[in-house]
This record gives sequence, C-alpha cells and structure tokens, in this order.
Amino acid sequence: MAEVFHNQQLASSNEKKLNIALVGNPNCGKTTLFNALTGLRQKVANYPGVTVERKFGDFADSEGTKFRLIDLPGLYSIASRSLDEKIASDIITGSSPHEPPLDLIIVAADATNLGRGLFLCSQIDELGIPIILVLNMMDVAEKEGIKIDVQALSENLQIPIIPAVAKKEIGIPELRQAITTIKNQKKNPQKTGFLFSNIEKNGVVKPIISWFGNAHKMSAKVALIEALKVISDDKSLQRWTANSGDHELNGLVQKARESFSKNTIPWEQVEIQARYDAIDKIINKVVIHRPNPEPSLNDKIDRFLTHKILGPIIMFLVLSAIFQAVYSWAEAPMELIENSIASTGEVVRHYLPAGMLRDLLVDGVISGVGAVLVFLPQIMLLFLFVSILEDSGYLSRVAFILDRAMARIGLSGQSVIPLLSSFACAIPGIMAARTIHNTRDRLITILVAPFMSCSARLPVYTLMIGAFIPNIWFGGFFYLPALTLLGMYFLGIVISILSASLLGKFVIKGQSSNFIMELPPYRIPVWRFIFLRVYEAGSAFVKNAGKIILAISIILWFLATFPRTDSANNSNNIDQTYAGQLGHFIEPAIQPLGFDWKIGVGLITSFAAREVMVSTLGTLYNIQDADETSIGLRDAMKKDKNDITGKPVFTHLTALSLMVFFVLACQCMSTLAIIRRETNTWRWPLALFIYMLILAYSASFVLYQTGLFLGFT
Amino acid sequence: MTLDDLNPGEEAVISGYANEITDDFRLLEMGLIIGSKIKFIKNAPFGDPIQVRLRGYDLSLRRNLAKRILLSKPFLTS
Ligand SMILES: Nc1nc2c(ncn2[C@@H]2O[C@H](COP(=O)(O)OP(=O)(O)O)[C@@H](O)[C@H]2O)c(=O)[nH]1
Repeated sequence: MAEVFHNQQLASSNEKKLNIALVGNPNCGKTTLFNALTGLRQKVANYPGVTVERKFGDFADSEGTKFRLIDLPGLYSIASRSLDEKIASDIITGSSPHEPPLDLIIVAADATNLGRGLFLCSQIDELGIPIILVLNMMDVAEKEGIKIDVQALSENLQIPIIPAVAKKEIGIPELRQAITTIKNQKKNPQKTGFLFSNIEKNGVVKPIISWFGNAHKMSAKVALIEALKVISDDKSLQRWTANSGDHELNGLVQKARESFSKNTIPWEQVEIQARYDAIDKIINKVVIHRPNPEPSLNDKIDRFLTHKILGPIIMFLVLSAIFQAVYSWAEAPMELIENSIASTGEVVRHYLPAGMLRDLLVDGVISGVGAVLVFLPQIMLLFLFVSILEDSGYLSRVAFILDRAMARIGLSGQSVIPLLSSFACAIPGIMAARTIHNTRDRLITILVAPFMSCSARLPVYTLMIGAFIPNIWFGGFFYLPALTLLGMYFLGIVISILSASLLGKFVIKGQSSNFIMELPPYRIPVWRFIFLRVYEAGSAFVKNAGKIILAISIILWFLATFPRTDSANNSNNIDQTYAGQLGHFIEPAIQPLGFDWKIGVGLITSFAAREVMVSTLGTLYNIQDADETSIGLRDAMKKDKNDITGKPVFTHLTALSLMVFFVLACQCMSTLAIIRRETNTWRWPLALFIYMLILAYSASFVLYQTGLFLGFT
Repeated sequence: MTLDDLNPGEEAVISGYANEITDDFRLLEMGLIIGSKIKFIKNAPFGDPIQVRLRGYDLSLRRNLAKRILLSKPFLTS
C-alpha cells in the first residue's frame, strides 16, 4: 500500500526530502506560515501550461531530516471546480504529474473562521495521508472573544492541532516538533476522516452505506463518506456504476435524492450540508464565543473607507497616488538606470577595440540589459503599493467599491488596479493581475491591459500631434491637439472594453467569479513580507521575461546594424540594413495605411519599445539626438516628399493613421514577454499580437482610406 | 424573502436557494448552507455588491446572486 510505503520512507530516510503540502483557505495566513517555515529558501515557478503558481521551499528539522514544503493555492474545497482546486486536489491525492506523493499535509485554518477551515480539513482528512492542523490567528480569536478548547477539538477530530500566530512565529517551533513526531511514528494511524454525526441513521442513506459495506468491503465510516458523495455528485455515482454496471446502487441513490429534495435540500447539496452540520456540532462543543460588543474596530474603519461618499473619494486619492507613483516617481530611478547603462556602454566602448564584438556588447547586449532593467522601478513601486493594499485588506475594498462598473464588462472590481496601472506601463499592470483570484478574469485582464495607452506611446503621440495637428481652438474651450490626444486614450479604452466582452463571451471559457469575495479584516502589513513580494516580482520579471527581452533586443540590434555599409565612422545608413530592407519590403503592405518605408522601419525597430519610433525617424532624417519635441525632426517630416509622386510623405491623415496604429498594435516585445511569463504559454502572447495587429491594420486602413475618399490630406 | 431584501443591520437564517444551484457550490462550501445565520452589513457605495457577515467573516456578493439566496424571517440583532 502506498501509505505504508511512505511511512517506511518517513521513518528511515535521512537523505531524501520528505514532501509536505501546505493547504488552507485564502486569507488564513498560509503564506505567512510558509514564510515562517521556509524563510527565504523558497522558489516560485508555474505549473506547466497554466497560470497557477508553484511555490516550494526546503527546511530541516532538529534531527536533520530535510523536508520540501509545497505551498498550494488557497482553497475552500478540494472539489476541483476551478483550475486552482484541480491542481491542488491532484497534488493532494497524489495524481499530479508534477509533484511526488505527499508524506504529510499541513492544513492551516483561521481560528476566527473555524467552520470554513474545518470544512476543507475534513475533506483532506479523508485521504489517508497524515495531517496536522494549524490553528492560526489565535491572537485575533482571543481579541474577538473566541475561546477554543484545542485539546477537546484535537480529540474530536483525531488530528494533532497546533495553535499559532504565524505573524509572530508563535507556534512554529511546536509545528516543527509535531512534524518530527509524525515522521518518527512507526505506523500510520488508520485515518478515515472525522465526520458525520447522525446522518448515517437517515433511512435513505443507510441502505447505500450497507451496499458499499457489502459490495466493496468498506468500513462504516468510509462507506458513509462514499454514500454522501454518490448522492451529491453524478460523477462519483457514475464511477461506481460504470465499474460494476450496478443498478441496485443507482436505484438506492435515486430514492435518496428524491427523499432529500422533498425535504427541501437539493440532492447536490447533501454532502456539503452534512459536512457543515457535523462540523457545527463539533464547534458548538469546543468553542466558546463571547462576542465583543459591536461595532468592532473593523466596522469603524469601514464606516469611512466604504462610506457612500467618503469611500469613493478616499479610494480616488489612493489610486491617484499609486498611479502617480508608477507614472512619475519611477521616472528618476528609470533615468538613473538608463544613464548607468549608457555610461557602462561608454566605458566598454572605450576599453575594447573597435569592431563587431564591441558593437555587439555595447549596442546589443548592454543596451538590451538596459531595456530589461528599466522596467524594474515601475514594477517594484507598483508591487510595493499593491502588496501593502492587499495585506492591509484595503485592496478588496477597492474591488468592493468599483465592482459595479467592472461588472458591466464581465470583469470584477479586482481588475481595476492592473488596468489602471497599464496606463503607465502594461508590464507592471499585467503582473499586478496576480491579485485577481479568478483565473478567467485574470486572463482577460492580462489580454486587454495592452490597449491602455501607456507612457511609451506618448512620445509618438506628441511627435505626431506636434507636427501635424493644427493648433485650433473650438469655441475657446476645445483645443484640437488636446482633443486628439484624449481621443487616442479613449480609443484604447473602448477597444479594451469591447475586447473584454468578446473574450469573455467567446474565447475564454470558465466560470466568472460571480464576484464572491471575502472582505478580510484590516491588518497592519508585515514589512518583511511586503519586501519579499516586491523582490519576487522584480526577480520573476528579470529572470523570465528578461531573457526574452534581451534576446529580441539583440536580434533587433542585428537587423538595424547589418549589413554594414559605412563601418568607418559608425554613422550607419539604416536605409541599407536588414531593418531598412524590411521597411522597404513591407512598404506595399502598409501603403494603404498611408505609411512609407521609413515608418515601416520604425514599426520594426519600435518593437523593442514604442518610443524607439521617434529615435528611428530621427536617424532616418539625420537629426542628431532627436526626441519627440525637437523642431528639426518635425520640420524634416513635414518637408519630406515622396521620391516618385513628389507628394508629402506625412499628412494630417498619415499622422492620425499612425497614432491609431500605435494605440492598437502590440508594438512591444516586453509586453509579449511578460504575458508569456504570466500565462506560462506562448499561445496567448502570440494570439494577442496577431489580434492587435489585425485590429491596428484594419483601423488605420479604414481611417486612411475613408479620409482619402472624403478628400482630407 | 431573499438576502437581497434585508436592510443594513438585519439578520436572518438561510432557508434555501432559488433555481438551479449548479454554480453556487462556492457559496455552500464557504458555509452559506441551510440553517446558517447571515447578517446584512451594507451596500457598496454604488449600490452593488453587498457586504454580508456569517460565521465570523465578511463576504461581498453581487445582488443578482443575493436574490437567489432564500431566507426565513429576519430579526434585528440586539
Ligand atoms: N493577527 C495575525 N495576523 C496574521 C497572522 N498570520 C498572518 N497574518 C496576517 O494575515 C494576512 C493574510 O496573511 P497571508 O499569509 O497573506 O494569507 P494567505 O492568503 O492565507 O496566504 C497578512 O496581513 C498577515 O500578516 C496571525 O497569526 N495573526
């Protein structure tokens, strides 16, 4: 038997790591517990092909035995209805291809929320793997006047229980000791679950229990659990009736279901109802609740933070501060990084002999590294704020307040911060989508975030508007350049809303969260863990997305440099390079949008980052150090004539068409790289790239052709 | 009556679910079973969702879902 085998391993092996899983409801303090046990020795990855994070860390006990602790997603049940639950329950039941069978399961429960924790615990206890129950948040329970007789509870459940305050590391030594004790146990206690008081006497359940006892030699307890499962779940029923083709069981179950339904309990709910009934009975025996007079401190805080009028105002201020931080506070450190990269490049350039290697190092590798690092300030600042908001409990209030608006487009309030941050930059925004609990909502949010006009699009807008949109005032109030800029932001928002609805309806399957969300009590965040999360976010970006960005940077550098025409004085004629050739090559395709080959070159090079469009045009027009405000570049663009037709290359219409193209196209390798990291597959970034390209092309095409038709130039 | 009908501060007992419950298992698993006491705390500032309290924790859910949770008579808490 698997159990005995693992037990022998438990007792004998000192070299092999023993596998422990950590399971618990969301918000029960599971992450804190994980950190307390493993410290900084933890690794984060993804399960293959899915967004679910795989987090584990190693630790050893006082006897030197090594353990691997696997942190599972927060769960309410192991019924595997959602992706998180499916992965967790596969691991718990030993049927996961990604994790070895478990030797021990630590179930964490919030002592102030005992019923819900015991519900999950009861399901896990039935699997036959040794478990330890950690009753966390004992400090909060005490404050709220909840007294738990831990001894009695442990006896009732037949499970070792460790009371703990994970945040203060209280109970952690005891937990380690308990792990060692279980490891040294000679034999597994025969575990069968602790459940179900009286339902076995129910007239319609009894025959099913007997059937399992007779036909499958099950003990009474196991048979009861199985009976409740077949009553409540067709799939469980089919498993038994398919194997033996048994009509007797089928008949008994149908009778039981009818009887329950008559008593107003839908048969699908019987198992859950019976579990909670049994748990509530135990709780009534071992928990004394002397409720504090309401309102609690929590309610008092909520009086302001979710107040009808004050609530939205405070939230607006908080969100503005975050936006400000990502948008402008990050600027100084970003500039610092850019300057350091530039001077590192100069130093290398100075000491290496001129040649291919030097150019590859300086213009390819070093500036590629710069392209990665430059995102760090925004990512880390956003995660600093989001982690504080989440751990303090305010993030769920933001979602609570804004849910109504987001529900219209099939998302929930949890998508607000990721989408808002994407106006600064889609990279941190997409990463912040980790705070969205529902897998479907998270994926949709990730895929529409790139439509928000980010700060890298601004230089392109500024250049085009400055050069080609006339400074006209309407009625002394509306200013055409400003209106144009606003229009670009607006277009992105509208398309993202439409795309979100479209994706939700037709592409991304799965249950919307229906927005059932816990509103956890306000807590003071633990700084140590906040910084840990900021660090994790930064390193996840550099390690995963960073590699891709670096590789593409080098490829783009190669395209824009070779073949060399004028290697003597380094002033490359980009026209002759592969990028230039590509620009010419795609010219026929982009001509209907009003673009000539120079814009084509810009479209290729700006894949590195959208603002590169400006410097590429600068190079093409031979303007030194051109930026979006340089008059020289604007004039050169205005004067540029087509070699053959002699007509201007840029018109108002071209400028509009190009801006619209930049709103809609995914001209950003880093966005694609981070989507690859967050969704753990190339499928989504590639699909998104194509989708956005088609949208951008069609929109610019329609705009330009309609414009021509109507006689605008 | 349904959960949606309660006023802030009112408490009642869940007596069942309207319609098919197929996608409401999450609520059951979170402890909103028949016989559970549930208290209406407040509306979100823009009217939806609502905040309720049960088993010592607070939950936010949308009105269209709250409409499907049936209650027996409410009573004001002391
Ligand atoms: N008062 C108190 N707070 C805790 C305790 N354990 C964790 N917390 C806090 O509870 C919040 C949620 O904890 P976290 O570990 O993120 O929960 P998870 O969602 O289960 O991973 C954090 O703000 C923690 O600092 C505890 O024992 N007592």
